[in-house]
Amino acid sequence: MKRAARYIIFYAALFGLWTLLAELKIWPPYLFPTPWGVGEALYAGFQDHSYWIAIRVSMERVLIGYAISVVLGMFLGLGVASNKFLEDTMGGLLVSLQSLPSICWWPLALLWFGLNQNAILFVVVMGSLLSVTLAMEDGRKQMPKIFGQAGRNLGAKGFKLFWYVLLPASLPFIVSGLKQGWAFAWRSLITAEMLYLSLGLGQVLMMGRDLNDMSAVIAVMILIIAIGYVVDGIVFKGMERRLQNKWGLTPAT
Amino acid sequence: MSTRAHHLSVQFPVPVDSRFPALAGDARGKSASVSAGSVQAVSPETPKVGLSRICLSYPTQSGERLLALDDINLQVHTGEFLCIVGPSGCGKSTLLHLIAGLHRQTSGQILVDGKPVQGPGTDRIMIFQEHALFPWLTVGRNVEFGMKMKGVPKAERAEKTLHYLRLVHLQKFKDSYIHQLSGGMRQRVAIARALATEPDVLLMDEPFGALDAQTRDLLHDELERIWSETGRTIIFVTHNVREAVRLGDRVVLLTFRPGRVKSEFPVELPRPRHLENPDVARAAREILDELREEINHSLDVEYNEGVKPRIKVGVEGALRV
Repeated sequence: MKRAARYIIFYAALFGLWTLLAELKIWPPYLFPTPWGVGEALYAGFQDHSYWIAIRVSMERVLIGYAISVVLGMFLGLGVASNKFLEDTMGGLLVSLQSLPSICWWPLALLWFGLNQNAILFVVVMGSLLSVTLAMEDGRKQMPKIFGQAGRNLGAKGFKLFWYVLLPASLPFIVSGLKQGWAFAWRSLITAEMLYLSLGLGQVLMMGRDLNDMSAVIAVMILIIAIGYVVDGIVFKGMERRLQNKWGLTPAT
Repeated sequence: MSTRAHHLSVQFPVPVDSRFPALAGDARGKSASVSAGSVQAVSPETPKVGLSRICLSYPTQSGERLLALDDINLQVHTGEFLCIVGPSGCGKSTLLHLIAGLHRQTSGQILVDGKPVQGPGTDRIMIFQEHALFPWLTVGRNVEFGMKMKGVPKAERAEKTLHYLRLVHLQKFKDSYIHQLSGGMRQRVAIARALATEPDVLLMDEPFGALDAQTRDLLHDELERIWSETGRTIIFVTHNVREAVRLGDRVVLLTFRPGRVKSEFPVELPRPRHLENPDVARAAREILDELREEINHSLDVEYNEGVKPRIKVGVEGALRV
């Protein structure tokens, strides 16, 4: 209850400050929109279905891209974690590549795939693959060895050993990496969509800029934040909570 | 209990030289043992598990090779409860890992039912010191795991899971997660999980080492009951001599670095035995007297300079060191 009250007070204050600044008209309304203006823009966007379409297109892209990253990252990470040669060579490369913003792949992606959805997917994959790979590698290393031994002892080998033992055993250690990978995928997607105008939330955002409609720009920004937050809060928090319950880990505070 | 190795000659037709390792007064004992083949050929009954001339060495950080196990010869017959004792670090757990097929020996041969061990197999199931149950699965699914890997049909799996949970009196906890159980219950689940794959040999690696004394006493009773009901062969590793005497048909003492069979002690006390039984204590004392030398040797190595702690003659407390 107390927590809810804190939230309400904080957001009410933020909203009040925004309204106040907008009503004082220090800046012209087309530069600094009022909350009502943003509310109207949101309403209009959903009313004419353009936001629904944009959300659907963006979600589809990010899900495909993220799924590819997770599958690729799983194999890459496991490979790096279980092979000394790969660890020494590829491990270092992966870490250094992480400092490269994923949008830097955009020019290459355009050349390789052309101006289409695949180029966007490529940027999304490059954005999240590294964190997923590093998380997998880390998880595989942190996982207590005894689970692998017990699994082999009970007759699990090859893919079964991986699927029924190694993967679930390392899940608590990779879930934060998966979460980070998701955040990177989402950011990379929006960035790529802003550069490549074809539906999607990023494009709607740029359209707002082109029309000088700051209310629409802020409305879309709110949407982008909200979707990121909801996925994090529902999918990943739920996953973490389930893991904690099963393993009997105390939740991180 | 001065009978010691003599009984072996009746039960196990081992070559003469290796038959009396303790009497020979030679720590190596087995140096003159004949090749494994002849042992197999002479034997009227193939031992369940036969170790012949097992050596294991591995490179250390300084580049030298450390000899962990040296020329281990051991025969375990079907249905036997064999206990292996030795100071910590003598390689007794490693020996179990070799039999389980989780590691490979440097030389020598391990035969199970006369066939060499090539890797892990569900005929030999290990129970680890820290239970090693899967925390992401419920108790029931843990017990079921080995059968699932084998491809046992679902209905049969469910039935057997229940059967083995009943055997360890945990049927009510089928849907609990591992962290919700106490240490003793976890070890019972581990026993049920191991039995559910219906192995011929149970390999137990200090399974009760981390439990409190009361829980351990209870589990000794349960293990003995399960052993007599199921007729499995058990190889049980412990550093607690009294536990070994409480449970084993025979106790094998390993030396410290390299691990060799120092001596064997048949235990012929009537069952069920009790940990506090004077006969058990007396038999344990005799084994401990020999073990003490090895423990002191291990202390010499670990405290290579400076103060050297010593274990004194006849200190019962040392059993649990």
